[in-house]
Amino acid sequence: MGNVIQVQALTRTFGDFTAVNKISFEVRQGEIFGFLGANGAGKTTALKMLTGLLMPSSGTALVAGYDVARYPEEVKRTIGYMSQRFSLYEDLTVRENIRFFGGIYGLSTSQLREKTAQVIEQLGLEQQAGLLVRSLPLGWRQKLAFAVAQIHEPKVVFLDEPTSGVDPLTRRQFWEGIYEASARGITLMVTTHYMEEAEYCHRISIMVDGRIDALDTPAALRQQFKAVDMDEVFRKLARPDQPVGHVD
Amino acid sequence: MNRFFAFISKEFRHILRDRRTLMILFGMPIAQVLLFGFVLTNDLKDAPIAVMDQSGDVESTALTNRLLSSGYFRQTDTVATIDALEGAFRRGNIKLAVVFPPSFGQDLARSGQANVQLIGDASDPNVATTLINYAQAIVLAYQNERLQQGFSAPIRVETRMLYNPELKSVFGFVPGVMTLILMLVAAMMTSITIAREKEMGTMEVLLVSPLRPIQIILGKASPYLALTVFNALIVVLLGIYVFGMPMNGSILLLAFESILYMLVALSLGIFISTKAADQQQAMFISALGLMMPTVLLSGFIFPRESMPLPLQVIGALIPATWYNKIIKGVMIKGVGLESLWLPTGILVLMALVFIGLSVRNFKDRLE
Repeated sequence: MGNVIQVQALTRTFGDFTAVNKISFEVRQGEIFGFLGANGAGKTTALKMLTGLLMPSSGTALVAGYDVARYPEEVKRTIGYMSQRFSLYEDLTVRENIRFFGGIYGLSTSQLREKTAQVIEQLGLEQQAGLLVRSLPLGWRQKLAFAVAQIHEPKVVFLDEPTSGVDPLTRRQFWEGIYEASARGITLMVTTHYMEEAEYCHRISIMVDGRIDALDTPAALRQQFKAVDMDEVFRKLARPDQPVGHVD
Repeated sequence: MNRFFAFISKEFRHILRDRRTLMILFGMPIAQVLLFGFVLTNDLKDAPIAVMDQSGDVESTALTNRLLSSGYFRQTDTVATIDALEGAFRRGNIKLAVVFPPSFGQDLARSGQANVQLIGDASDPNVATTLINYAQAIVLAYQNERLQQGFSAPIRVETRMLYNPELKSVFGFVPGVMTLILMLVAAMMTSITIAREKEMGTMEVLLVSPLRPIQIILGKASPYLALTVFNALIVVLLGIYVFGMPMNGSILLLAFESILYMLVALSLGIFISTKAADQQQAMFISALGLMMPTVLLSGFIFPRESMPLPLQVIGALIPATWYNKIIKGVMIKGVGLESLWLPTGILVLMALVFIGLSVRNFKDRLE
């Protein structure tokens, strides 16, 4: 199917500090790729480079065929993005939010009409379409934000800690949506610092201090580090000298 | 009691460690007292004037020297014709003109009496009255001196108040208020808008979208521009119909200049927005960095000519200073662009600079 994301020795420095240190990886079409690491490991910086928000200091990254350094605008047009803090405007209605994001992603009026109806129907939000997003429960807002991120049918969707601060049940439901998108051929790159979410991905990478220290399927990594869960894998990686205890 | 003291000591620590609060508690009062005490005064000195000496004799020269060495006046224009004089007034270059008739010296020698004309720019009635009073006092002193020396020299002073013969104080006041209100609405309100998106976290989403920074900035400014235009209309109408401001110049010019000023105010607001981390900071910077200088240094309450040079320079950097000149020019003096090209040009430059800076800021800093 081909690689939708190709990263080669991507680096970003801020003065003396190297936030992202020569990372390399590839993501295939339809893959759910988990981008893990502790806070401050460099995940967000790497993500910003891949979404065209930040210029790399060196190295290359191709997203949907576009070089992020040379064609950031094209990259922005072909990707979807869901940020850490919810991407929807709380003082706009469901319908208005869909129309806004559809509009700025260049959908025509007729496309907008079609898509708006589609999204509302798929999410079952017919009753709530005219309500302010503020009045929707958290889980629904997330689903809507995810749907809105895909409104222009992007090839890749980047999700930056999409389930931060959300209860486990809602998180599980959200991931069902991610699987569904993957089945439709969309490539998803998810950053998270919840190690258990790693189990849900096809492959993951773990960043430590700006480098990628592990890159494989969750099962392979557990075997490699002789760990019971991803949390243990991470601890063994991040603090190799410390003894590992289990939190039961 | 201990509980209470534990709480009080915590509260003290909060305050002493918050730089912003400290600045307000200590910095502001000190700054204000110094400013108001030493600098911002209604006493005029070095007011720009022009002397038109059509006689050029010993007497007129002597009197001119008296005036110019008093410290109240500074000759900024030498005018040879009435047209030049009028032009200087229209451009707002001078606040007072002293005109000696061609026969001044001769009149004094022969008939023992001469006239001198004092013309004040009454679009700022307080300044005009004060300057005329100073000048009259000097003429009187000169006259008395000469009388004591044995010369008979009653010098009659003719005064004329240009643009505002009835010396309505509202003429000086309403333009200033217009300037202030437009700056308040346009700048302060816009300064919050981008800071709010940053605070809410929706800014990132906009940045990742195909929207270009200039589109985001102009897009954010547009509704505010529309609202501010509406606001400005109300203020102008109130000024004219309730306070009796004249409208001697072109309405089109006033509209154009007002929209220009609003654009500058908006772009300033947006610039502040890109610099501020959150809404509170944005409002704080607007209030301190924009509103206060506008009120104190733009010349609408305290005459700029009397300020020390550094403050005059700062005042020149404030858009309100120039817009004030423009409104007075258009509404009270009825002049056109040919006299107002300088302040207009400065406003255009400011608008371009601030929009440019905002766009650049936007691209560089994404937090």
